[in-house]
Amino acid sequence: MERVPVLKIGDILLVSIQIDMEDQVALQLQEDLAERIVATGVHGVIIDISALDIVDSFVGRTLAAIASVSRVLDAETVVVGMRPAVAITLVELGLSLPGIRTALNVELGIAMLGSRETVDVLGDEGETDPAVLTRE
Amino acid sequence: MRTVAVGVKLSLVDQTKIVTAASELARNTLVYGGGGEVEVTRVHNDRRAGIRIVFADQGPGIVDLDLALTDGYTTGGGLGLGLSGARRLVDEFDIDTEPGKGTTITIVKWCR
Repeated sequence: MERVPVLKIGDILLVSIQIDMEDQVALQLQEDLAERIVATGVHGVIIDISALDIVDSFVGRTLAAIASVSRVLDAETVVVGMRPAVAITLVELGLSLPGIRTALNVELGIAMLGSRETVDVLGDEGETDPAVLTRE
Repeated sequence: MRTVAVGVKLSLVDQTKIVTAASELARNTLVYGGGGEVEVTRVHNDRRAGIRIVFADQGPGIVDLDLALTDGYTTGGGLGLGLSGARRLVDEFDIDTEPGKGTTITIVKWCR
């Protein structure tokens, strides 16, 4: 069975799916990613599907499962590069991929993950302020 | 399948739709029907060309067809979008099923 390589770049795992997403390949990727997230401690996963000319409900469901598992392991998933025809087909199929964040390409996906961290930092500061006020 | 879809000059979106629908139905043939046969044919009517795909299995058949065609209904642990979703992706959708005998599903996508 072919396997999808998982690359680590800084605080992100990058997966670019360049082969046919057969069921077993999809399930293996889900397992590989969960293990790599724990082993590397990254906080972001980017899955590039620009080479996929179809995404059926099984692959869609696997992507959603990967995103959920990642979230439980404290990593945010962004699916990038979906082809226009795939997007139209997915929506008509009835699969709007709730819970999955998307970006048009890898670059924007990385930016999205970066901005998430900034927002988190601001959020933390936001929480400290009232505490300071209470102390006063 | 994709080759036939390209051969009858389906648009890229329609190619994607018919191949995705075929993927859903082929999975049903395997998972629920225990395997079967798939036949891909070029078809023509007086005005247009199209692609017809037939999925036939000798599995348990579908007892309640209306229920099986409902979004979100599944007996196999999936999302329940295979049949209902595939029907939305094609121009013609026909199911011939009998409990205990098997299921044959025919889909057609016409060139616009």
